[in-house]
Amino acid sequence: MGHIVSFISSAILPAIIVFMIIYGLCQKVHVYDTFVEGAKDGLKIVIDIMPTLIGLIVAVGVLRASSFFELIGQWMAPVLDRLHIAAEVFTLAIVKMFSSSASTGLLIDVYERYGTDSFSGLFSSLMLSSTETIFYTMSVYFLAAKVKKTRWTLAGALVATGAGIGASFLLTGYIL
Amino acid sequence: MLNYLWAAMILIGVVTGMCTGRMAEVSEGFVEASKEAVDLCLTMLGIMAVWTGVLKIARKAGLLEKMAHWLRPVIHWLFPEIEPDHPAGAYISTNFVANILGLGWAATPAGLEAMKALGSVEEEKAKQHRPHFEKGTASSEMCTFLVMNISSLQLIPVSIIAYRSQYGSSNPTLITGPAIAATMVSTAAGAVFCLIMSARDRRRLRRRMGR
Repeated sequence: MGHIVSFISSAILPAIIVFMIIYGLCQKVHVYDTFVEGAKDGLKIVIDIMPTLIGLIVAVGVLRASSFFELIGQWMAPVLDRLHIAAEVFTLAIVKMFSSSASTGLLIDVYERYGTDSFSGLFSSLMLSSTETIFYTMSVYFLAAKVKKTRWTLAGALVATGAGIGASFLLTGYIL
Repeated sequence: MLNYLWAAMILIGVVTGMCTGRMAEVSEGFVEASKEAVDLCLTMLGIMAVWTGVLKIARKAGLLEKMAHWLRPVIHWLFPEIEPDHPAGAYISTNFVANILGLGWAATPAGLEAMKALGSVEEEKAKQHRPHFEKGTASSEMCTFLVMNISSLQLIPVSIIAYRSQYGSSNPTLITGPAIAATMVSTAAGAVFCLIMSARDRRRLRRRMGR
């Protein structure tokens, strides 16, 4: 089963890229010139987020060096051990609700400590792929619409996030 | 938000380091982590450039508008009270398409416009038949729209794949299929919740108007 998942997974990205290029050719788009133009935008995006990433990866690096995660792990051990979840992954799930760049810093930490293809590494990858930052998104969008009473938005966001985390957990077991 | 979070992370780190006697490691942590961040961005530069380059082709070929068109039944299902040709519907589908493709920077402006348009939809309705309308309260449509955004619509986790390859994964794209499945689960859970809550809101309104 792992074979099939890995084959389909590795085929998706090339398939989408080929589809878009062929679609572009059919619409008589100068595909390569356009690609180069768009790639420039990508560079700008990375340069824009670079300072944020540096700041947050440094903050996580300091936390890691201070053995803070070991302390959390000891404190939460009774729950986390039963689920076989590392303390870093638990922290990651919480931080992701507040900031996606801060959670990137923590993700890197999980990769370094446990490896990208370990249970923790895969679980964290899937969790970050299937959830969004709740509080940031809500504050930006509701501020724009001048809304103060958010009613059931938070409840719905937590339902979706919980489902994403649960699905990631089960799927990780399935891949391994 | 991030200001406090960031400051707290650094402070907690330094204080914990002091208490556990790991000051040397903490000090080294500052230097090492900043180097690491730059390495990571170099990897990201490559894959992000490829992805945005290909997406530019899709945009020029009109594929993004076409995708927004494909989404119309979905929009109608989630927002039954929005007229198909109302600008709010168009902004919502543009935001969804951008999110699905992982174009966060294109999704946000369309999303903000969508929220404003939904606000004016609410005010129009209030003028006609909603005497209990309160300004500054999220409408069912706004809640649904935000929950869908938060449920993560992005199909291909491009940046996660980049991080995985930077940190030595033997198969960085291994997670693509499962990530699509997990995203669908979170989105479906959010959608079901929103449909139930919106239906409840409509029932309440009808009861109130019947009185």
